[in-house]
Amino acid sequence: MTSQSNKPLGYWQKMVVDWSADKETFQVSWGKLMMWIFLVGDTFIFSIFLIAYMKVRMSATAEWPSTSDVFALEMFGVYVPLLLIAIMTFILITSSGTMAMAVNYAYQGKKKVTFWLMMATAFLGLVFVGFQVFEWTKLIVDYGIRPWGNPFGAEQFGAIFFMITGFHGLHVTGGVIYIFVVALKVRRGDYDKRGFQIVEITGLYWHFVDLVWVFIFAFFYLW
Amino acid sequence: MTHIALADEDFKDDHHPKTFYGKYVWSLDHKVIAVQYSCTALFVGLVALVLSVLMRLQLGFPDTLGFLSPGVYLQYVTMHGMIMVVYLLTALLLGGFGNYMIPLMLGTRDMVFPTLNMLSFWFYLVSVIVLLASFFVPGGPTGAGWTIYPPQAILEGTPGAGWGIYLMLISLGIFIIAFTMGGLNYITTILQARTHGMTLMRMPLTIWGIFIATILGLFAFPALLVSAIMMMLDATLGTSFFMPAIMSLGEPMDHEGGSPLLFQHLFWFFGHPEVYIVALPAFGMVSDVLSIHARKNIFGYRMMVWAIVIIGGLSFIVWAHHMYVSGMNPYFGFFFATSTLIIAVPTAIKVYNWVLTLWRGNIQLTVPMLFAIGFIFTFTHGGMSGLFLGNVIVDLPLSDTFFVVAHFHMVMGVSPILVLYASIYHWFPLISGKQLHTGMGKLHFWVTFIGAYSIFLPMHYIGIMGVPRRYYALGDASYLPQSVHTLNENITIAVIIVALAQLIFLFNVFWTLRYGPKSERNPWKATSLEWHTPNVPPGHGNWGDKLPVVHRWAYDYSVPGAKEDYIPQHLTDDEVEWDQRPEKREDSE
Repeated sequence: MTSQSNKPLGYWQKMVVDWSADKETFQVSWGKLMMWIFLVGDTFIFSIFLIAYMKVRMSATAEWPSTSDVFALEMFGVYVPLLLIAIMTFILITSSGTMAMAVNYAYQGKKKVTFWLMMATAFLGLVFVGFQVFEWTKLIVDYGIRPWGNPFGAEQFGAIFFMITGFHGLHVTGGVIYIFVVALKVRRGDYDKRGFQIVEITGLYWHFVDLVWVFIFAFFYLW
Repeated sequence: MTHIALADEDFKDDHHPKTFYGKYVWSLDHKVIAVQYSCTALFVGLVALVLSVLMRLQLGFPDTLGFLSPGVYLQYVTMHGMIMVVYLLTALLLGGFGNYMIPLMLGTRDMVFPTLNMLSFWFYLVSVIVLLASFFVPGGPTGAGWTIYPPQAILEGTPGAGWGIYLMLISLGIFIIAFTMGGLNYITTILQARTHGMTLMRMPLTIWGIFIATILGLFAFPALLVSAIMMMLDATLGTSFFMPAIMSLGEPMDHEGGSPLLFQHLFWFFGHPEVYIVALPAFGMVSDVLSIHARKNIFGYRMMVWAIVIIGGLSFIVWAHHMYVSGMNPYFGFFFATSTLIIAVPTAIKVYNWVLTLWRGNIQLTVPMLFAIGFIFTFTHGGMSGLFLGNVIVDLPLSDTFFVVAHFHMVMGVSPILVLYASIYHWFPLISGKQLHTGMGKLHFWVTFIGAYSIFLPMHYIGIMGVPRRYYALGDASYLPQSVHTLNENITIAVIIVALAQLIFLFNVFWTLRYGPKSERNPWKATSLEWHTPNVPPGHGNWGDKLPVVHRWAYDYSVPGAKEDYIPQHLTDDEVEWDQRPEKREDSE
């Protein structure tokens, strides 16, 4: 021990010593760290969903439907592929912007602006869910796509699409409720003493849900 | 950003219980939650134990139990496996011991989010109730084996194909939610809430085992959740994720193009880390018990820590060794056999270090120590047969035989359970203030240990003879010699004796709680923090007014020159009574 400890520590050893020092390993609060760890776990859930999707798509025996046709939207008599989904993505990414602004104003202590920005985020989230309902209705009612079969080809298309977008939609809905509750508490003054970090933690979750959407978008609509 | 350093604050009691219900039922205290977790887990464990005795009665003495039809037998096999792996071992090791030990060993007052911790237990309880409810629904519990492979898990002919499998999947889903809530708490507490001086590399190995196992759980359970959701949709909505075009009871089913192999991959991506979720906390706890009762520091502490970390990492890239006979590209088999056998390296490091900890130690043959030494034997033997099964060529003929049953029961059934007993005997004085009766404990150990060998050693032989697992009865298969049948009877008799021996343990617990004498404060003379709380058993908030400050690692036993043969973690060098004070060490404060 003694002969070794006189030598200067290497980079790797320094990192281990630093990282494993007493007290907090990461310089963040408990709640924030827990949200990060939860999001890593949630990343696993969505990754496994998407990997399962790839595998299902590869092993399906019937032909996979042409996504650009299925997801096209008729506007003024013209079929525009991916129009609806472009609008939805735009809305969701805009909501990430308003959320980021809310976090900024929260740390400045401007409760009123924070409140309204969070309400805007929740509203945009709701609009997104509304569009999703619209899209599902179109696919189910107009095109006759069901989880157990569809007229365009492989029946797994409907099943995996409804499952993954549904699971994501539940995340968005949960996030809307979460943001709404936190926004009300911000306005009521619950965090005046404890600080407004909760807004940032809420934002972490919301940005994560947006990021997941980008992957779902790429894998379902562009592939 | 405000940041609260809890260790520097005075004790503010945020959630001191005021009523009886607040104290023992809706409790936020990690110790009460741990006991709730443990009692629930031990209860379902008893149910699973009874199921295994019934199964063995059928195998040893076919057709003597009238109600045990082939379907019921399969249901018992399934429920026994699922309960033991998930609802007993995972819950007891992490929910029970994790909850109890993490705050006490790290010197904190509670978990970082007590409410979430409480919810974790209540979700776990609901999942257990849902699981047990499946015994009472039409068709009974699922009989698809604990691996619940589709298509057969949801096909008509399988016992419990309707409600049984639904409830199983729902219960697993609820369990995963419970585990996630608990697991987030454990990780955050270990990373952020340690007291002053408690560096990661001074933590007792118990905590290291629980820490890495929890991380594994958080990353592995998502695979089970996703596959459970997909199978639920297959079973209820008629989707075809896992269902190929298939005939059921002579009728073609309305499925097409699904992939049963996908489920196996997802299941084992969860299933293999699950083995280590059970094993790693056991590794950690047995290290502490061995070190304390050998009055010697653990041999190679750093290597033990890194071995735990490496085993945890490797456990994610070995899952397909459960699927050698499922149909795979041979190169995959090569890869997975290699990664599987590499796990033997860190595992062997751990076994050598346990043995070297005992070497020239001042071994106290107490009841916990007996169980811990027993663990080294059973784990080594179970690990050895794992080397056979890890090789593709050797595995193919042994697959789905009793050799496999013997292997995993030795390595992840008997071994963690021996550690659990060691830990219960070891920490019972801390939890209840009373010490379990030694005579009964020794009887319990010897019957359990020798019994476990007389159950599982013959199973290796039976398996090599070609007896398949999960078969209701062997009938008159001409390739099986008479010795196989005789051994089956012997095994069953041994099972009954071992099961009865567990009643000794139960009696011991209740008798001690009622009539046992009060134990000493620190009966095993241990160094780690949990034995040095102001009150034993620790009170609410654990530490009174001030949190302890840690000055050394947890393994200062038989330090040369010290008066006592152990130095508690919270003593500085100046506070220790020395016969001959050593020169100042570089790594001490």
